[in-house]
Amino acid sequence: MKIQNLTALALSTALASGTAAADLVLPDLSYRTGAYAAGGIPFSDGYQDYLNMLNARDGGIGGEEIRIVECETGYNTEKGVECYESTKGEGALIYQPLSTGITYQLIPKATADNIPLHTMGYGRTSAANGEVFNWVFNYPANYWDAAGVIVNYLLEENGGDLKDKTLALVYHNSAYGKEPIRTLEALAEVHGFKFNPIAVDHPGQEQKSQWLQIRRERPDYVLMWGWGVMNQVAIQEAANIGFPMENFIGNWWSGAEHDVTPAGAGANGYKSLNMNRIGDLPVFADIKKHVHDAGNAAGDGSNIGTVLYTRGMYAAMLAQEAIASAQEIHGVSDVTPAMVRDGMEALDISAARMKELGMEGVGPEFSVTCEDHGGSGLGIVQQWNAADGKWVALTDYIEPADDITTPLVEEDSAAFAAENDITPGCYNG
Amino acid sequence: MSADFLYGVEVVLNGLMAGVMYALVALGFVLIFKASGIFNFAQGVMALFAALTLVGIMEGQVPFSHLINEIFGTEIHHFGWHVPAILAIFLTLLVMVAFAWAVQRFLFKHLVGQEPIILFMATIGLAYFLEGFGDLMWGSNIKTLNLGLPQGGSRVIEDMTAKLGGDDFYGFFIDKLDMVATLVAIVLVLSLICFSQYTKQGRAMRAVADDHQAALSVGISLNFIWILVWSLAGLVALVAGVMWGAKSGVQFSLSLIALKALPVLMLGGFTSIPGAIVGGLIIGVGEKLFEYTIGPMVGGATENWFAYVLALMFLVFRPQGLFGEKIIERV
Amino acid sequence: MFYREAGDFKTSYDADSQTFPIAFDRYRYWVVLAVAFLVIPFVINDYWANALLVPFLIYAIAAIGLNILTGYCGQVSLGTGAFMAVGAYACYKLMTAFPDISILIHIILAGGITAMVGAAFGLPSLRIKGFYLAVATLAAQFFLVWLFNKVPWFYNNSASGQISAPERFVFGIPVTGPNTEAWAMYLICLVFVTGSAIIARNMTRGSMGRKWMAIRDMDIAAEIIGVNPLRAKLSAFAVSSFFVGISGALFFAVYLGAVEVGEVFGINKSFLVLFMVIIGGLGSIFGAFAGAAFLVCLPVVLKLIGVDLFGWPPDLVAHFQLVIIGLMIMFFLIKEPHGLAQLWRVAKEKLRLWPFPY
Repeated sequence: MKIQNLTALALSTALASGTAAADLVLPDLSYRTGAYAAGGIPFSDGYQDYLNMLNARDGGIGGEEIRIVECETGYNTEKGVECYESTKGEGALIYQPLSTGITYQLIPKATADNIPLHTMGYGRTSAANGEVFNWVFNYPANYWDAAGVIVNYLLEENGGDLKDKTLALVYHNSAYGKEPIRTLEALAEVHGFKFNPIAVDHPGQEQKSQWLQIRRERPDYVLMWGWGVMNQVAIQEAANIGFPMENFIGNWWSGAEHDVTPAGAGANGYKSLNMNRIGDLPVFADIKKHVHDAGNAAGDGSNIGTVLYTRGMYAAMLAQEAIASAQEIHGVSDVTPAMVRDGMEALDISAARMKELGMEGVGPEFSVTCEDHGGSGLGIVQQWNAADGKWVALTDYIEPADDITTPLVEEDSAAFAAENDITPGCYNG
Repeated sequence: MSADFLYGVEVVLNGLMAGVMYALVALGFVLIFKASGIFNFAQGVMALFAALTLVGIMEGQVPFSHLINEIFGTEIHHFGWHVPAILAIFLTLLVMVAFAWAVQRFLFKHLVGQEPIILFMATIGLAYFLEGFGDLMWGSNIKTLNLGLPQGGSRVIEDMTAKLGGDDFYGFFIDKLDMVATLVAIVLVLSLICFSQYTKQGRAMRAVADDHQAALSVGISLNFIWILVWSLAGLVALVAGVMWGAKSGVQFSLSLIALKALPVLMLGGFTSIPGAIVGGLIIGVGEKLFEYTIGPMVGGATENWFAYVLALMFLVFRPQGLFGEKIIERV
Repeated sequence: MFYREAGDFKTSYDADSQTFPIAFDRYRYWVVLAVAFLVIPFVINDYWANALLVPFLIYAIAAIGLNILTGYCGQVSLGTGAFMAVGAYACYKLMTAFPDISILIHIILAGGITAMVGAAFGLPSLRIKGFYLAVATLAAQFFLVWLFNKVPWFYNNSASGQISAPERFVFGIPVTGPNTEAWAMYLICLVFVTGSAIIARNMTRGSMGRKWMAIRDMDIAAEIIGVNPLRAKLSAFAVSSFFVGISGALFFAVYLGAVEVGEVFGINKSFLVLFMVIIGGLGSIFGAFAGAAFLVCLPVVLKLIGVDLFGWPPDLVAHFQLVIIGLMIMFFLIKEPHGLAQLWRVAKEKLRLWPFPY
């Protein structure tokens, strides 16, 4: 067994070193199995399809072909570490683990190995402080921004006044679910609403007590920070108790098609955040032509156009732009991870550029700086139309509550810097 | 009557129904443990596999499509037909019987007479295998179960009881799916009891549960009875999988419902069918009441561990569970 | 022929009662230690350390602990994950509260704290037996995980609820934190494994171990001949939790670096360690190592073969991993119900007679 192992390792390193020199290696830490496969599959499909399309249509980025290395993590932290260790040697340029747990593992490791980490809309929120987290980026938005966006949206719905309203938060009882609590408590103090956090234990298959409590207390709005089966069950239970679905708002990881379809017509009117505007983007036609029709689709091809597929594609686009920016800054096409980090720090996504790429308005406009790795923090609110089976964007991009979240980010990143002996400052070489 | 008291009653009623859902899962464990002394760790995965097979057959999915497409380079996913629910349930039952036969023939036949912990480990291996096999056969993405089961709170009951309390009380919330589950559970338990008391095979099952050697000496085929028991457990798993899957969709987390059944088994005893029901009811009511009364003081989400603590407290007074066989140790 | 006691005469009681009476065994033991301490640290790289060797060593300690409780004393426990969490959190609080004291002391203290918690949660074992006890220990599992999630003092009030291990040094070499070299991670775990195995082996060979085994085989008869069941069972829980706590502290501080209790120390961890103990063989220290090796290395090897060698899509490989692991578990159990350690013992028995058949 050991000999086989060694040969396998030898073969794989031989293969890897043979081709790594001329390729842009982008690892895909995906989860197509396990409890969260329903979310992981479309995201990974979108990520890989877009990159494969770039290879087929444009010959890669700046003339360099992209090589995707997929590694199955099953949303498991230990497997995530194993995937990271096995793929980093191949010249991986950017890591996007799509899991808050794995992100926390990789933050110190990627920093020590000098490989940038892009954790868009998840992971450690205070990584927005680029002076402490030189190698971690979470543009275009993070969880505290999401909380701010929801509250700002609700303020607008209520004529700028949320006094004496009650906001309940149904959250997954884990690090991910607890993220927005501090921000929402701060916002509650500022705007005068009552904030009621309600925990749901992993995996969230059973939420009867929580929703009976909501039925008794009748909060004005219910927010949700869920992932996996918790989303489907929560939406079903909310429909069961007859809670007005238009007052039920989930974050961007609680707003995918597979979350609402099990509840059928009962889920009509459910709202969620999205960091992307979905729709029939021209780039999908390109993906169909160059990738799906050529039989090269990452999954079974059925996820194209869905919320998480679009988000995966968006993540791939941001990686593409970062690499292109790195190639421009350093003047070479065969970039290293450190160069890509510089590219990410100089990123500037404009509406015109997104239109050029065939995905007009798919994300907000933002630019990244050395101090701010978090982007603009904008998000849109979308609503589910059960009859048509589509998400409809209700608003344009809404601002977050930066005045509340910025001091919290600084506080948390300062604590991290103190614990780990980091002197805050921009990275220079 | 104050709204708080009425809400307490509502919590108790919902706890009873939640307990029925737990008992449905626990029944499968009890059936197998009674007849063969095996603690079937794979029961949760069996529920998942049964639900996956049901949905796969109903939707006309091609089994092993991902594997076939990978090896042969084809792109087939669906047969194109839709099978009506009743026929699909029947076909799924056939699959579960085939599974029971295979398990008996290839696994437990070779492990006759081993210690309980070894048999437990064998079911763990079976659970891993069945999970991977189910994923290979039907895919690991989430599937919607559409059997036409009613969902949602019963408006009738809500309106009828809304007048009981004051303005703060909105009527009792009883979920229609829970009511259906309770009916199904009653029918299932009654038929299981009738089967074991009044039919020849049922009596043979009880004989095997009592003493393997004596049953053999009377001429009862142990093999056949074990296949029968595993098939029944498969049927119970299918029912449990359908009930739980109707609410959350059929996906990996469905196999975790087995963890909810363990406190029920502790409390009711591993060897008693009425024990599973009564245990389920006690656990359901206990954990929901605790969450309602003391939960808010300690931050909520106490259900997971309180069920076990409750069962533990009962066990301290009756170490074999409320209805379990008294453990007699001979020195 | 090579593996025999014939001609090997002992001249002192010490020599007669040693752990490895057969000379070949003794030499094998020293060779393995020599390779482990002197050869591997020089050839190890990041991937081998992180994916294979370090988790193997850490799970071996946990499996030794659980083997003492389940294999030697017969008390089935499903709370291993939570006890590892106790070790991890104890280590974290000690590390952050007393940053100047060496981490080696912290890890041992964390083991001690876990021993006390384990003894407390072992009290139901005095009344409850068999599978009922297993399910009762699940109460410990779920309660402790909930506790660590809920009470902010345990994670130093951090906004995310995760705990991260700050950088610590032993003799000036970093052993925790991201700048740790692969060989440093490996060596510190190896030191603890060797220590744990030596202590466990000698405890189980001594009167304490005999008391545990008496309780396991027939606890009423054991009580009659004078074995105090309270002392024996609680000491089994305490000693077992000591090792499990050390393994949890190493898992957090050295291997992962940051931990979220629900995901890392959940029920799956408890089942995993129990599987290692059963597959490896109950009541055997070697079995702990064998089981840990089997369940840590097999998935990685399967993945390497499937993805790197054959180039199959990773999700198919992940499904096949489950299928193959399940099949292998069932196959091993049918072939040898008493685990890999029994296969090893049978092999040694045959070797003692080789080349004669009997």
